Amino acid sequence: MIEAFLTALVTVFSGVHLLYLAGGVTLGLAIGIFPGLGGIAGLSLLLPFLYGMDPTSALAMLIGLVAVIPTSDTFTSVLMGIPGSSGSQATVLDGFPLAKKGEAARALGAAFAASLFGGLFGAAVLTAFVLIARPVILAFGSAELFMLTLLGLSMVGVLAGNSLVKGLSACGLGLLLGSVGGAPATGEFRMTFGNFYLMDGIPLVVVGLGIFALPEIIDLLRQNRAISEASELGSGWLDGVKDLVRHKWLAFRCAVIGCIVGALPGLGGSVVDWIAYGHAVQTSKDKENFGSGDIRGVLAPESSNNAKEGGGLIPTLLFGIPGSGSMAVFLGGMVLIGLEPGPSMVGNNLDITYTIVWSLALANVLGAGACLLLSKWVAKLTTIPYALMAPFMITVICFAAFQATRDLDDLISLVAIGVLGVLMKRFGWPRPAFLIGFVLASGMETYLYQALQFDGIGFLTKPGVLIIGVLIALSIFFAVRHIANSQQELGAKPEVDNTSVPQNRMPQILFAGAIWLAFAYGFYDAMQRTLLGGVFTAGVCGLMLVLTSVVIFKLVKGNINDTVNFDSEVAEGYAFDRSVASMLHYVYWLVGLVVACYLFGYVISTALFFMLFLLVKARTSIVKTGVLTASALVFMLALAHVMVLELPRGLLQDAVNMPWPLG
Amino acid sequence: MKSKTSPYSKLFKGAALGVACGIGLSVSAMAQAVDFSGERVEFIMPFKEGGGSDTWARFFAPLISEQLPGQPAIVVKNIPGGGSTKGANIFQQRAGNDGLTVLGTSGSTQFPYLLGDPRVNYEYKDWKAVLASPTGGVFYVSADLGIKSAADLGKLKGVEVKYASQGATSLDLIPLLAMDIMGLDVNAIFGMKGRGAGRLAFERGEVNVDYQTSSAYLTKVLPLVEEGKAIPIMSWGVLDDDGNLQRDPTFPDLPHFAEAYEMMNGKKPTGIEFKVWKTFFAAGFAAQKGLFLPKETPDEVVDAWTEAVKKAVASESFKARSEDVLGSYPQAVGKQAQKSFAVALDITDGDKEWIRNWLTEKYGTQF
Repeated sequence: MIEAFLTALVTVFSGVHLLYLAGGVTLGLAIGIFPGLGGIAGLSLLLPFLYGMDPTSALAMLIGLVAVIPTSDTFTSVLMGIPGSSGSQATVLDGFPLAKKGEAARALGAAFAASLFGGLFGAAVLTAFVLIARPVILAFGSAELFMLTLLGLSMVGVLAGNSLVKGLSACGLGLLLGSVGGAPATGEFRMTFGNFYLMDGIPLVVVGLGIFALPEIIDLLRQNRAISEASELGSGWLDGVKDLVRHKWLAFRCAVIGCIVGALPGLGGSVVDWIAYGHAVQTSKDKENFGSGDIRGVLAPESSNNAKEGGGLIPTLLFGIPGSGSMAVFLGGMVLIGLEPGPSMVGNNLDITYTIVWSLALANVLGAGACLLLSKWVAKLTTIPYALMAPFMITVICFAAFQATRDLDDLISLVAIGVLGVLMKRFGWPRPAFLIGFVLASGMETYLYQALQFDGIGFLTKPGVLIIGVLIALSIFFAVRHIANSQQELGAKPEVDNTSVPQNRMPQILFAGAIWLAFAYGFYDAMQRTLLGGVFTAGVCGLMLVLTSVVIFKLVKGNINDTVNFDSEVAEGYAFDRSVASMLHYVYWLVGLVVACYLFGYVISTALFFMLFLLVKARTSIVKTGVLTASALVFMLALAHVMVLELPRGLLQDAVNMPWPLG
Repeated sequence: MKSKTSPYSKLFKGAALGVACGIGLSVSAMAQAVDFSGERVEFIMPFKEGGGSDTWARFFAPLISEQLPGQPAIVVKNIPGGGSTKGANIFQQRAGNDGLTVLGTSGSTQFPYLLGDPRVNYEYKDWKAVLASPTGGVFYVSADLGIKSAADLGKLKGVEVKYASQGATSLDLIPLLAMDIMGLDVNAIFGMKGRGAGRLAFERGEVNVDYQTSSAYLTKVLPLVEEGKAIPIMSWGVLDDDGNLQRDPTFPDLPHFAEAYEMMNGKKPTGIEFKVWKTFFAAGFAAQKGLFLPKETPDEVVDAWTEAVKKAVASESFKARSEDVLGSYPQAVGKQAQKSFAVALDITDGDKEWIRNWLTEKYGTQF
């Protein structure tokens, strides 16, 4: 073992290895910064270079690439509110508000320092853990994984915002949307309306972009300002590093969470950041700033999502089971290099395992270091007037959403979920709760069904299940205490400011009614299925019909000061301000873009959208409009060509054979 | 992107040259006239990045690229979705016949076609197969079941065995149908994310029977066999030229499915169920992965591709690494590949009816 240790150490710090590692890191950063691409697209770029390389150098490049993607995707999450990948969705919650306050550099500094810490911590844990990991992973069966999804779900309690019934209903809506498509037990297609796209389920990337990014874009456009309120960018990235030092124990705990959840095959990386975020909220005494720019909300998910990559290596190396998309790519790369994962990775090939683990640590240092240095300059993006930024961001979001399944329906779902996001934001339905439900839906149903098949109802008495059960009880206890506290605070307030409370509750009632109908449809659909195919959705919908009925009842009959009553149009004062564009205005722009894509394809519609938007909204000169449009198009086309990505085609392209790049 | 005229005009020239030189021109000389210099070939892969089929495609792409006339770059374009029907549909609908777009398929593309899945809008019989990559599989059971070999399978009658599956219409159709034919009482637990997840459930003791394809068996199950936790029972076998099941050369000591059936029941398997099993076995294993050119591709282009694949398979770099990536099964190229797929994709209406009924009755699959 000592020998393997030393061999690996010598390899990692050899000049050639470092060089290739740095190459992989550079590529990973460049790709990761672009939302929706991630490690998967990186492979297509990297692969041609892997041929003819010796295995260790090829491995170094691969690790460099995979390790830094959860680092550089933070840029868009913090600066633009666009979740760069599923691992950094929770970062958006507090990172973007910080950028809006003009503290982008601090948020980025904290995020990258936390990433660095998480990555190093993950590698350190891995060094020891990999030797004993096999029995530990085998101890986590379907029953334990089901309990972990419940633990994730219990985080909804603290993320529910002011009204618990609304939070739970939002989470239920996520569960419902997450169970669209094939039922895990029987393969029956649920709620698909015979649509082939829906049969595969709605991709998480599209949901993340629609629910978080689009509402923010629309909101900022309506206010017509730069992302950052402050013209000075304020304190720099060093403050972010200091934040990490101040909250070191939080980062430590979240890195542990990241390692554990990452190491368990089956839950997938998209849950980690939410569990870490929920944990941060639960364990903080002063919670009121979460969601509006608390630095801890950035530190927690970022330290966990880099630690997760280290954890995720364990099932990949030991069992050949990748825990996430980027690990799947890593696995494919390993096979091509000629390395077969399996028990030998802790036997004869232990030195290779250690080379991988420490390369991962080193790649984190390089990647986070580079990002830290860059963050000062990149943060300046937030001072650009938003009307100039918006067309770029919208094009990028559409492009990213389209890469989810390379189907025009991705864009349609993007806008549909975007509208849902806008309305949820407006009426105070917590979007994080919705997303947690969505992320956990399929795992929860699958593992519950499997656990019941494997062990019957007796699965509840397994020791692992009981331990996680205690954790869930603690989590719920914290949630209840949190709700009790916040209601006390509200009750303590002498007079609620009447101008911020909507008097006309009709829009809210209509929205809640629509959600009630969605649950009713889900219930009806479940009744058409076999018992195993429908019981989960029927259960969720049945419960949610009751909860949404409570919401509607409170809205119709309740006290006007009830926490359920919320409308940001009133709270933000938009309703009385004629200078603010109506909410639907920019929704029409988006719908227009998607309809144009459907008809004329992506290239033509993006060009049109760019020109129209810049001329009408940003009021740029014709020359400037032309230059901006052309450069954006050239960039996208070059990217698509190099990375072998498809761009949406429209009816026009299907009917007429168009020359490149229009076709 | 394929609207440039050069390949067409080159083809035309090639064809004209062929006519001018008369009948004596050999096929390989005609293939010489096809030239892909400076072009980019799109290798459509209807699966996600990183999986088995993707790795197969990315292993072959540079090897074939070297051998094609003009050495065009071959790039793999992943279009996953609909259990791989989506990428295949797009290929059927859009691919030009200039040899610059090819498709890689797997058993998961063949099965929906055979089962008449409504999402299938592609026709294998239109396409020109240039390569078929076979694989095999090994069925093994937990030591807890107390049997030592296929000869003891009779002891399992009346015992419920558990099998962790990805779905009844996936490649798992082969083991599920095999166990049913043998008369085993199977409880299939669905919703597994891949064969790897199934193996993990086996290792945890959540299920007690499993199968893996050859390469996964060799690297990940053999250690369990050595520890005494897993007992190999049978391989699926391989099909000989007459379509009969033979022992898998990778596992010469294991009986194949038909032998195991005979050891258990004292007679050879017969009847429609065994015939259907062999059809799906051919589509899922004997010709598991295939490389196709679109319909109406001119013969010169098909020949150029066939030649290139032949040379790629014979090359040193293929030999050096293929065993790790593909296992030790002979690759079928050109005519042989077409023959493999002709067998694999031929299903009578009666057999189709039978398997659809079987799936509906046993697993509630709706068509």
